Amino acid sequence: MDWQLLITQMLNGLQLGLLLFLVASGLTLIFGIMDFINLSHGSFYMLGAFICSSITAKTGSLFIGIVLAVLVVFCIGALVERLIARKLYQNDHLDHVLVTFGLILVFDTLAHLIWGSQGRIISLPDSLNGQINLGSLVLPSYRLLIIGAGLTVAIGLYFLVTRSRLGMRIRAGASNRQMVSALGVDIDRLYLIVFALGAALAGLAGMLIAPITEASIGMGNEIIIIAFVVVIVGGIGSVKGAFYAALLIGFIDTLGRSYLGDLLALFLSSQNAETAAPALSAMLIYILMAAVLAFRPQGLFPPSNS
Amino acid sequence: MRGEQASSWPSHLLARLKGNLPNQVYFALVIALLIAPWLINALDQSFYLDLLTRALIIAIAVASLNLIIGFGGMVSLGHAAFLGIGAYCVGIPTYYEQFNGFVHLGLAVLCSALFALLTGLICLRTKAVYFIMITLAFAQMLYFTLVSLDEYGADDGLVIYQRSEFPGIFDIENPTTLYYAVLLFLLGCLYLTHRMMHARFGRVLQGCKHNEQRMQALGFLTYKYKLIAYVIAGTMAGVAGFFLGNFTNFISPEMMDWTHSAELIFMLVIGGTGILFGPVVGAVLFLLLEEWLSGFSVYWHLILGLMLIALVVFGKGGVHGLLSLGSNRGSQQNTTT
Repeated sequence: MDWQLLITQMLNGLQLGLLLFLVASGLTLIFGIMDFINLSHGSFYMLGAFICSSITAKTGSLFIGIVLAVLVVFCIGALVERLIARKLYQNDHLDHVLVTFGLILVFDTLAHLIWGSQGRIISLPDSLNGQINLGSLVLPSYRLLIIGAGLTVAIGLYFLVTRSRLGMRIRAGASNRQMVSALGVDIDRLYLIVFALGAALAGLAGMLIAPITEASIGMGNEIIIIAFVVVIVGGIGSVKGAFYAALLIGFIDTLGRSYLGDLLALFLSSQNAETAAPALSAMLIYILMAAVLAFRPQGLFPPSNS
Repeated sequence: MRGEQASSWPSHLLARLKGNLPNQVYFALVIALLIAPWLINALDQSFYLDLLTRALIIAIAVASLNLIIGFGGMVSLGHAAFLGIGAYCVGIPTYYEQFNGFVHLGLAVLCSALFALLTGLICLRTKAVYFIMITLAFAQMLYFTLVSLDEYGADDGLVIYQRSEFPGIFDIENPTTLYYAVLLFLLGCLYLTHRMMHARFGRVLQGCKHNEQRMQALGFLTYKYKLIAYVIAGTMAGVAGFFLGNFTNFISPEMMDWTHSAELIFMLVIGGTGILFGPVVGAVLFLLLEEWLSGFSVYWHLILGLMLIALVVFGKGGVHGLLSLGSNRGSQQNTTT
């Protein structure tokens, strides 16, 4: 077995998992606390990437680009909550699907208007563009940075949710909405913060990945579905669940794509394995989700008391 | 009935448009659709025949969605998958030079019914949000399966060089014949829906939408009823896919992208959920709107998106408000919630 390939693939899986976690953590909270299906959460991911690319191009610094873009996406998220989402929390899910689909159309077209139909590349500063040699292993340093940043945010979010007063309210909101508002918590403000924070985290994920894949229209529509898979598998409203599920799905997806063919070749003729593997590996995470929904609909790590 | 909700304009307008129309209007609509090709050919505007054919094909899919969302209350976000199945049932046999239309149609019915049955068995164990997500998941699974099938064009899809053959009966290479075939099937679906919704089966289904627990308490095996409705709807959409494949002469996995499923829901809501002719109105309006808007700007999705948001946010009570306005007539007359 090629160990170097395995380690690289593990790191790729970890990277995908952490990015998914950044998108899914906000999604799961919006879902769990406000009972709002936000299909347009992926738009924040896309907007983050585009806005960061513009600011980075203007200022010449990726760091400033990311910090400012996170703030901008936070504000866009807050605006969307105030103007649209807030009015619909009590409505049924069909309304949520429709209105957020409308938002996707609006954001995609706006991005097209502002940034054109071509993808936008964010160029990395030289300090991040290198490689790190560990013995025989060569790792691109920017990917390590993504993993580091993802882990830092995850840990920060963990402390925010488990140790701070805001986090206490968020957790309480995910377990029992009515009780929290009955106890006198300003629920409107809590909703606003959760929504905007979720948007900012999704935006951050978009900014981190953009230097590798480039910012493009439609990038949000691809990740949002996988993020929903993460949310369902982890359990709606559970940040911890989203974390484990995101890593699980990151690994399954990455390792499935690289090793499923070899695995299948043990049972099937190599020809059949070669045809079946790509289809099966793309389906793996959806099979996982269907299995979870069928046998454990509350998810693998549901928030307590729900 | 929440009469006050009629005050804001979109709901008011739409309620007028779809809810309070007398049967004669629907009758006139059917007559108009029947004579449309004659009129279009007389004016030599074959483009509009294409547009209308497409709209009616999509209307079949929306009508089938109406069966599960409008009457059964099961919001599916994976319905475009059935369109794709039907279309691939034309494309793949044609690829192997099997042009017999009965084979294509038979395959489309069989495959979509089977897919609906298998996924429905699992999906219907869940409710509400979970149902939305699991239908989405199954559609995505199918999407990725077809993307990875290099033999059938993968991402790029397949060109269908020749439409299905029904030797000795009719020839759907002729656009007018195809139009009438589609219209006939659409009217058949609507008639079937109408009869079902006025029969015991439909009553139980609508009962499940409003209070499933009560239906269970009354002794109905609601799971079975919903599953049957889901399979019927899937099969109808599969046949719509069969027509779509023939009409566009092209298939690709993109047809079953989840955004298309969302579009189908959008059309259903424009036309009015739970209203027999709603899907036809919705699909025709949507495609005309698409045609008209895309005519003067490449950014027409922006207007469409804003309209969608306005429809939900400012139509008081959102889509639900529109629903309760429209539900006063036809098969929903006994709704009191």
